[in-house]
Parts: sequence; structure tokens; C-alpha cells
Amino acid sequence: MTDVEAATIGRTRGGTAASSPALASHFHDLRQQHAAADLGLWIFLATEILFFGGLFAAYLVYAVLYPDGFLEAAAETEVVIGTINTALLLTSGLSAALAVKAAGNDMRRSVMLLIAVTIGLGVVFLGAKGYEYWLDFGHHLYPTSPDFPLAAPPAKLFWSLYWMMTGLHAIHILVGLGTWGVILFQAWRRSFSLTDNSRVRIAGLYWGFVDLMWLFIWPLLYLMGRAT
Amino acid sequence: MSDIPYRDVDVEGEKPGWRIMEESYLGERFSIWSWLTTTDHKRIGILYLISTTLFFFIGGAAATLIRLELFTPAGDLLTDDGYNKVFTLHGVVMVWFFLVPVIPSVLGNFLVPLMLGAKDLAFPRLNLMSWYLNIIGGAFAVWAMLAGGVDTGWTFYTPYSTAFANSHVSLTAIGVFISGFSTIATGVNMIVTVHTMRPPGMGWFRMPLFVWSIYATSLIMLLSTPVLAMVLTLLITERLLGLGIFDPNRGGDPILFQHLFWFYSHPAVYIMILPGMGVVTEVITCFSRRRVFGYAAMVYALLAIAVIGFFVWGHHMFTSGQSMYASLTFSFLSFIVAVPSAIKVFNWIATMFRGQITFEASMLYAMGFVGLFTMGGLTGLFLASVPVDLHLHDTYFVVAHFHYIMVGGMVSAFFAGLHFWWPKITGRLYPEIAAQIAALLMFFGFNLTFFPQYILGNIGMPRRYHAYPDAFQVWHVLSSAGAVILAAAYLMPLFYLVWSLIWGKRAPSNPWRASGLEWQTDSPPPKHNFLTNPKIEGSVYDYHPAQEPRREVSDD
Repeated sequence: MTDVEAATIGRTRGGTAASSPALASHFHDLRQQHAAADLGLWIFLATEILFFGGLFAAYLVYAVLYPDGFLEAAAETEVVIGTINTALLLTSGLSAALAVKAAGNDMRRSVMLLIAVTIGLGVVFLGAKGYEYWLDFGHHLYPTSPDFPLAAPPAKLFWSLYWMMTGLHAIHILVGLGTWGVILFQAWRRSFSLTDNSRVRIAGLYWGFVDLMWLFIWPLLYLMGRAT
Repeated sequence: MSDIPYRDVDVEGEKPGWRIMEESYLGERFSIWSWLTTTDHKRIGILYLISTTLFFFIGGAAATLIRLELFTPAGDLLTDDGYNKVFTLHGVVMVWFFLVPVIPSVLGNFLVPLMLGAKDLAFPRLNLMSWYLNIIGGAFAVWAMLAGGVDTGWTFYTPYSTAFANSHVSLTAIGVFISGFSTIATGVNMIVTVHTMRPPGMGWFRMPLFVWSIYATSLIMLLSTPVLAMVLTLLITERLLGLGIFDPNRGGDPILFQHLFWFYSHPAVYIMILPGMGVVTEVITCFSRRRVFGYAAMVYALLAIAVIGFFVWGHHMFTSGQSMYASLTFSFLSFIVAVPSAIKVFNWIATMFRGQITFEASMLYAMGFVGLFTMGGLTGLFLASVPVDLHLHDTYFVVAHFHYIMVGGMVSAFFAGLHFWWPKITGRLYPEIAAQIAALLMFFGFNLTFFPQYILGNIGMPRRYHAYPDAFQVWHVLSSAGAVILAAAYLMPLFYLVWSLIWGKRAPSNPWRASGLEWQTDSPPPKHNFLTNPKIEGSVYDYHPAQEPRREVSDD
């Protein structure tokens, strides 16, 4: 392909972009680069779904095997904190989505504000989560505790899954916050073009996934015990 | 003239050696640091070649100890614990640090962008990260070995691995966990590259079958490896933090571990064979001078294996107490997955039929692959049948079966590919006669090592035992003798390939007169792969156009 052809094909979201500094040398044009970045993250999210899928499979198996023990154990989770956290995370999903939209329109100040809001909500989420963990520890709700309050063995299974699921989710939140932090810093330093570069969109996709996982975790761990 | 391969012809206008080094990816701005921080897919392929070779010899050393121990019926060389640790090391290193990365990450890394006429993979830095993750994971596994070893077997079955084993299970599991992310990174890279970086004129069904095989492999890597990561996480947290997902004392179910583990590990078997099928297809079609028979069928067979492979994991658990209906279903599905595999074997043979076959070393390896893979596959059907499996489960029959696929299949294919693309990778020709001898030695040594194990299994020798009754000794001695030949056959290429790096003849850009874009650039390729854009003409395997005389005189 000649340079002229490349330049014509290179007319993308960012305009004529064959010469954009955001373009890596092994891509023909920004359209190809954006397509690669998007597809790459979607595939990564598919692997994440299977990663969490192993946990959900374990939960499903044991919830079917021991329905009563699981209901009893699930009644001990802190439903108020869990629900507040759901609201916080969903709101941060909104601000992240708006940040992606704003980045597409090259609105730097809005992007920075919205990312800051997302980070703030994420930090409050983690704070609430930490407080909840502290309460759980106070109630001896961890499987190795000698004073574990629930008698049935499946309750320990439930609480093993509780720590795994929420812990893994919290790690994902931490990674997301770190990513947003770096992007916020870079946006402040104006070190990358918001439109030519797909990093805000990529981070937004990832954040959406972390939100989505919580929407499965919340009913399984917090709501189920309140059904009866 | 036209019937003589290029390698026997003096190439005119040869560049001096220092210019080839400076103008190719090998030597441009050479320093160790530039290699360790490279994002060039070709250099990363070489880094992987070095690391997988190292792991291959670590795993091979363990295999040598196993065969030495089994030479005599008494357990005299190793203690029983020591034996457990040695076969675990062999399994862990060979599966995760050799077989899984070897073709996708060495040949796949090197060739996929070249075959697509691209400058690099889609995410070059991710590619470099995948190598470091692989090395770090391997370092953990080796650390566990040096710290005293692991004795669970590569399958880490619970509750032994969680409640009883006192060896370094967590350390090894962490190593495997880390290397899993290396696999995922490679898989993401390959899929995205194939989707977004194909050149104009190369539609999906005009891609080389090697690229298709890497694509299908990457699908499996991406969808199965995360499940392994989760099951290892649960294992590690159970050991270290006391979460009891698999512990019967806390209501957990050890069989759940087997389900999750084999949900990864059966598809992983196809990670360890599909890339080999891709290599062999390229080699056979080139040295038969024939277009590949049934291109579309080959593609659909690859994809069918990748998909059906996800639904057969229960055939590892016929004796684990799963329901009879589950066993019957898994048995049926395991028979189904043999169909696309057989299609591939028939197509390779049909490709060779009436071809002008020449027996270069890579062709010998490839033909060995077809035979050994067929035997491994057919004995897989024995094991897929529930009543037969009840007899053969956990015996040497199983060991022989999967070594025919993994070693006879995948390792043969890797050597076929390494020899086939060696001139492209290094710019040097290897000594043909020595390579042919090594290929034949490997075939005979392999059969002598592993065929007796089918018989051993059938007469009742269980796997993972370091002592056995005298009646089995003759077969074990045959097997150990074969292993000596096999070891020689694996060491030979190490010597003559390294020899060829310095004293080998310069390779022209297309020594085999092969089709494929990778042969349109220099050997070794320049840093950005192509100085002029490669031309895509006709279909990928235009070796012998219909209705034309054989091998027309070419004008170069």
C-alpha cells in the first residue's frame, strides 16, 4: 500500500491521521490501530469472564448442593454496605462512560473532571468495602476462625467464596483506579491526544466490566440471604 | 536446473556476512540490552526459542532420571518421594514451559506477521511482557524444584495437593499461574493480529493454514487458561489462607477441582497439538509440491477441534465417580472430536498422493508426525470408550497415548518447523544429511520408547510407580533403551544447528521454493520484515497448478 492510499484510508475519528504521533509504526492507520486496541480489550474481557466464571461455577455447584446452608450463611453479609456500594459503583460507571464520550469530543477539562469523579467513587467503594471486611472480621466470619458463628459446614464454603469473590473484585477495582490515575495524570500533562488515542475508551471498557461483575456478585452474596 | 532446490545452487551476488548481520533483525544495533528490551516479534521469537530449549532440557533431564529408575524392577536409584518429585517436575516443565509455548510463541511469533505481510504483531510490548511472564513463571517452578520439589503430579489433584502434600505446591502453582498470563497475552496478540492486520487481498480463506492453526489455538488459550488460573488461585488460597473450596471437611468437593482442572487441561491438549498440525501442513504441501488437499475442510477441522475440545473433559473422570450418563455423554463427544482429526490426517495423505515428494529433514519429521499422531489419536479412542478405559485408566497405556500425541506429534512438528524455517530465521542452511539422520533416529527411538508402554499398560503396569514386578522388566528395558536413542536424536540438532550458525552455507530468501509471504523477504528478514510490500498472487499453496506440467522452468 502506498502512502497516499494509507492516508486516504487513514481518515478516521481523528481526521487525516496517517501522520498522527499516536500511530504506532506497525499499523497502517489509526482506524486499524483503534480496531486492534478495542478488539484486544474485548478479548481480554472474555478471558476475565472465564476467570470469574470458575468462581461462579463453584458457587452454583455448592448453592445447588447445600441450598439451606447457603441461605443461612448469606443472611450474615452486610446488605446495607453492599447495596450502597452497588449504587456507588453504578454511578462511577456513568461518570466513566461520560468520560469516554467527552474524550471522543476532545473535551479535556470534562474528561479530567469525570475521571476524577470516577476515581473518587471507586475510592469510597473500596473504603466501604474495607469497613465491611473489618466488621466481618469482628463477627469471626472467615473460614479459619475458631469462633466461626455458623454451624453448618456449607456456611464456611459460602464465606470462602465471599472472600474470594469480593477480594478478587477489589483487586480489579484497584487496577482500574491505578489505570484511571495514570490517564488522569497524562491528560493533565497533555501528553496524549484524546481523540487519536484509545486509552480512555479502553479504560472505560475495563471499568464497565468491573461494574458488571459486581452486578452478579451483589445478588449472589448480599440479596440471596434476604429472599426468605 | 529447475528441479534442483536452491540450496544446491551457488547464489550469485551474495552479500558479505557483516552486511547481512547489520541489515537484518539479528544484528541491527546489536547489544544484549537491545535484545532483552526488544519489541520485534522476530527477536521475541528467538528469546522464546532459547527459553523453551532450556526448559526442554530441564524436563528432559527429569525424564532421563525416570527411565533410569525404571530400568530395574527395584526402586534403587530414587526414593519413592524423589521419584514423585521427578515425574512432577517433568510434567510441569514440559507441559507449561515447553509444549504450550513452543510452537505458538517461537514459530508463531516469528512467522504470523511475516505470513500476513505485516510489520509486527498488534501489541509488541504485550508480546515482550509475555516472554518475561513466562520466564518469571518458569523461575518459580525451578525455584520450587531447588527448594525441595513438588510431589503431586502435574495435575495437582485435591485433596492430596491441598490437605496432605508437604512439598512446594503453592510455589509451583504460582509459577504456572503467572505463565498462564503469558499464554493469554500471546493468544490476545495472535487473535487481534489475524483479525486486524491481514493485508488487502488476503481474505480469511486465503490465509496460510499455519496462521489458521495459531488462530484456533489462541481461541483455546483465551477461553481455557483463565479457568486454570482460577482453579490454581483456589488451590493456593486453600493451602495458604484456609479457604476450603475443595476440602471435604468444610463441605467442599475434591471432584469439583477435577472438573475445573480438566475444563482447562483437556482443551490445553489441543493447545499442544493444533499448532503442530499447522506446521506439518505447510511442510507437507511444500515438499510434495502440491496444493493442500481440502483447504476449507482443514480450516473447519481446526475450528471443530477447538470447539468440541471444550466438551470432552469428563473423559478424564470416568473412574472418579461421575454419573454414568455424564460418562456416556463425554465418551460420545470424545469419539466425535476424532472425526475432524481424522479429516486432517486423510487430507495430509491426499496432499502427498501423486506429489513429487522429496525427503528433506523437515519432511521426514512431518511424515513422522502424521504416523505418530494417528497412533496416538486412535489409542485415544480406546480410552474414550468407558469399558476399555476402566481397564486402562491410570496405566502406562495412558502414558504412551499422550506421549504419542505430545512428543511424537508436537515435538516432531516443532522440529519439522524449526528445520523448515531455520534458513529464514538465521539466514543459514543446516547440514541436510545430519538432520535426516536425526529425524529418522527420532522416529525409531520414539517408537522404541513408547510402544512398549502400550503393552505395559495393557498388562497392568500403573503409571507413577517407581518399583514394579519382574514380569514387566523386559518392556521397561526396551523403553529405556529407546529413550537413549531418543535423547541422542534430540541432542543432535542442538549441535548441528548451532554449528550451522557459524559454518552453515548462506541461505537464499527461498531455499525450498516454498510459497507463502515469509519467503518473499530476505533470509534473515530486515527489522521491519519487508523492504518492498509483498505481492499476494493466486492462492496460498500454488505449488502445482491444475492442468500444467510439473514444476515449470522458472526464470530466476
